[in-house]
Amino acid sequence: MTQSPTDDRLPASSVFNSARRTVDRRSILRGALFGVGSLAVAPLLAACGGDDDSGGDSGSATGTVTFGSNAAVPQPKGAYQTLFNSAKSATGLTVKPNWVDHNTFQQNISTYLQGNPDDVFNWFAGERMQFFAGQGLVSDVDDVWKKIGPNYTDAMKAQSKGEDGHYYLVPFDYYPWAVFYSKSLFKSKGYEPPTTWDEYIALAKKIKGDGLIPIAFTNKDGWPSMGTFDYLNMRINGFQFHIDLMRKGEDWNSPKVKAVFDQWRELIPYYSPGFAGLTWQEGAQQILNQKAGMMVLGLDQIGTIFTGAKADDLGFFAFPEIDPANGQDAVEAPIDGMMVSKSPKNKAGANKLLEYLGTAKAQQVWLGTNPADIATATGVDETKYTAPQKAATKLIQGAKNLSQFMDRDTRPDFADPVMLPAIQSFFNKPGDVSGILSNVDKQAKSIWAAGS
Amino acid sequence: MTAMEGAARSAPPVAKRRKLRQLSIRDRVVLSLMAGIPTLLTVGLVWVPALASVVLSFSTWTGFGDFSTIQWVGTENYKNIFTIYPPFQPAIEHNLIWLAVFFCVPGPFGLFLAVQLDKQIRFSRIYQSVLFLPVVLSLALVGFMTELIFSPTQGLINNLTGHAEHNVIDWLGNPSLNIWAVMVMACWRQAGYVMILFLAGLKSVDPSQKEAAALDGAGGWQTFRHVVWPAMRPINIVVLVITVIESLRAFDIVYVINKGTNGLELLSVLVTDNIIGAGSRIGFGSALATILLVISMIFIVPYLISMFRKDERA
Repeated sequence: MTQSPTDDRLPASSVFNSARRTVDRRSILRGALFGVGSLAVAPLLAACGGDDDSGGDSGSATGTVTFGSNAAVPQPKGAYQTLFNSAKSATGLTVKPNWVDHNTFQQNISTYLQGNPDDVFNWFAGERMQFFAGQGLVSDVDDVWKKIGPNYTDAMKAQSKGEDGHYYLVPFDYYPWAVFYSKSLFKSKGYEPPTTWDEYIALAKKIKGDGLIPIAFTNKDGWPSMGTFDYLNMRINGFQFHIDLMRKGEDWNSPKVKAVFDQWRELIPYYSPGFAGLTWQEGAQQILNQKAGMMVLGLDQIGTIFTGAKADDLGFFAFPEIDPANGQDAVEAPIDGMMVSKSPKNKAGANKLLEYLGTAKAQQVWLGTNPADIATATGVDETKYTAPQKAATKLIQGAKNLSQFMDRDTRPDFADPVMLPAIQSFFNKPGDVSGILSNVDKQAKSIWAAGS
Repeated sequence: MTAMEGAARSAPPVAKRRKLRQLSIRDRVVLSLMAGIPTLLTVGLVWVPALASVVLSFSTWTGFGDFSTIQWVGTENYKNIFTIYPPFQPAIEHNLIWLAVFFCVPGPFGLFLAVQLDKQIRFSRIYQSVLFLPVVLSLALVGFMTELIFSPTQGLINNLTGHAEHNVIDWLGNPSLNIWAVMVMACWRQAGYVMILFLAGLKSVDPSQKEAAALDGAGGWQTFRHVVWPAMRPINIVVLVITVIESLRAFDIVYVINKGTNGLELLSVLVTDNIIGAGSRIGFGSALATILLVISMIFIVPYLISMFRKDERA
């Protein structure tokens, strides 16, 4: 589509990279819109992909493919099991999963990839993918993309490429971050989803007046606070500033970032009591049990709490506008996918498995058992989506820019070791923003200087 | 045998050597294996990595690629740790709190329990098992139990005291409270450990000495102070060393609770945080590890010196 044709040939310089990123993010909107327009065509394309799978090179791609999965918790695990069963009948490949707890998997990924990794493994788009592609620890999957290319928008293609222009990821599912609430609670109390900051604060006051927790917030694991920071920064300073801040490690000690924390301070009185000791699951429970009004979280997380009959009660709205210049343009939408390790034991099988996983058909199988995400391939039957899934598609397609979440948009040795403690110390001493930021700035400079 | 004796005769007439040569070949092989394998293991698995950490602490390295990608930065990592790394100071403080609390609480309390159990009261073995039980649990498991007890909304304490709904006491999230909640649990486990050590020590005190003291008219306290306590000196040193080691290697319990952040920082956690993860800061983490090593040395070296001195005297 409208993606720059020079993309593949750009040198891997950071200046060009950030410029290219802008193009990529913008083109996501166009790509997503095209995705809707091409719904009628897409199933045909997907069907073609399926034909390729069952014929052609099936002679060489047989046997067992090992799969390192970060989805050890029951729900996605069951969904993956269903997926692997359908992969077996579609491709004849046996998938041997190696289940690892999500956080453990992320913690150990560098050791894992340098050791004896599985053929295929779960991973993420964005800096996270670039980082390992740049280290030469993964195989390119250009051959796979020759087959699955038509299933994806250009925006998704751009998110799957490394700095050298080769493909390293097959996107599988994604989900938006937003402000979630219980529809029935909002209806019974007469609350209206806010679109601006003032409305947001007014609603929080109203909820507090009704004796509820206005905003469920939890900071034991850091995810809700990282997501909140990303949104505040994108709403106040704009998408490009946010991405540059994450990528370059500069500007942390600037009035612009200080403004983010000043704005954030306004929310603290409305947060869950004892939030520093709570996990996001406990926060999501507060929304489910209608003890709290709203919560900034990802659909992938809270969707696993609102299940069964409760699924359609989960409502959300885009993080409110703070500066009209930025509006609600940017949406945080982390893309999950699969990558192939550097020297897989069954390369042909790994590629063939990825070809299958890159089809709308495969993703639909998976989403049928895991309705907390949406498919990345075009041509998925959206009538089978739950209400939150449909709304998520709409939110993402309406966005001008997509971010990937703090710990995916920045260096891994910065997000968790530096930003998590910094945000925690902000909540311990909300008045000392300058001290915290000047410290983050010094650490960022030292990390970027060491790593470049 | 004759061959052996021949070899012994042809050996230089040094007394020590002759003594050695009187051993059979098999004995010598066994002896050198017994001495050599542990030495190799200790050097290879303890000393080489420890020295490598010290060396790497003067570099920056992401851990990817070969050694040529290591950049040498001098004392930069140490400078950063002391100037711009906020978790460092709390980590040192918490390690010291851990040490002080372990020294003051489970130590004396374990001794108290041991003395009580040593009195052959009824059901002594049951008490002993109950008190020792937590020692069998891994600290990680104790971490999960800490969460069950102290979680602000779902934990036992807040629900019993009615602080779960309103006026929530954030035992695990409040950085000035959570270290103490964790210390309670760590002490609970440590007390059983210390108790068992002291109990073993008490059992080894010759009962006739106690009887003699009793005949001389010594009361319970006097017997303990002047007879039992001095006789337990070797155990006291073991307990002291265990206390230091356990407080420096504390890790699992805080890691389970919140990965050792927000009031639960420990040196061991900082080392792990920087070295393990999607992106490693090997140099920075090694510098932290070296600091931990130096602190351990402060406690270990005087202990070793006193031990060796004692050997010489004996």
